[in-house]
Amino acid sequence: MSKLTLKTEGDTQLVVTRHFAAPPEAVYRAHTDPKLIQQWLLGPDGWTMPVCINEARPGGKIRYEWKHPKQGAFHLTGEYVEVKPYSRIVHVERMFLPDPTPDNRAETTFEPDGDGTLMTIRMTLPDAKTRSMMLATGMEKGMEASYVRLEGLWREIEQNSPRAVNQ
Amino acid sequence: MSAYSSLDASFAALADPTRRAILGRLALGEATVMELAKPFEMTQPAISQHLKVLEEAGLIVTRVDGTKRPRRLAKAGIEAMDQWLAMLRKALEKNYDRLDGVLAAMQSQEVRKNDKKRGKKP
Repeated sequence: MSKLTLKTEGDTQLVVTRHFAAPPEAVYRAHTDPKLIQQWLLGPDGWTMPVCINEARPGGKIRYEWKHPKQGAFHLTGEYVEVKPYSRIVHVERMFLPDPTPDNRAETTFEPDGDGTLMTIRMTLPDAKTRSMMLATGMEKGMEASYVRLEGLWREIEQNSPRAVNQ
Repeated sequence: MSAYSSLDASFAALADPTRRAILGRLALGEATVMELAKPFEMTQPAISQHLKVLEEAGLIVTRVDGTKRPRRLAKAGIEAMDQWLAMLRKALEKNYDRLDGVLAAMQSQEVRKNDKKRGKKP
């Protein structure tokens, strides 16, 4: 049973939802307290976040630096636009890989959902091309998948897709 | 065409609601342009234009049947996209599964704190 949904919307949006068995206050804190963020926003095994700055107020800064003993390091910067404690955050972020990716504007809401919380992240990219790029390159670094697994997937796609053969 | 630009075109093709609806219709089985145009109240040229985008994105294929040109879903293109989104979903899940653990720890800490507070009251 997957609690997470991930879908594209319109030309430029990507929407992620996830239920958590904790009240909105706690989920909000886990997204804004550096000590808590450092415990989970790590992507694949082996990555750590030695630097975590998160100033949850309008205009506040965000800076995450990730490090891996073999795969190197990269960072993300951002700024808060709107902050409504425990229920809604709007922020802008970009990753440095090492060149900056186009700005991703994300609206995150935390709503009571049964005994827990429904979190919805609506990401808006500058254009459709950027969203595709983010799906293909950006997100796997900041939020999730490993390079190794990604390369494996590319091979899989290339082998399975007849259009991919004639490069 | 590289796998990357193929996926890129696929996601771009899906940006349009009519094209998503066409894919939904084709998921039920092969259909001609006329059949596809019917539920959308669109002209056949307009539908043909959408079909062209979908075909270039590798999401549908055309079969030649006499004078008819029925379209159907292209399995490889659809699967490549599905795999991609499944991959991304799996990766996000890893972070959020970890977050579940952090939230559980926060809650048990909270309970301990409250127990302490209650314990101090006369």
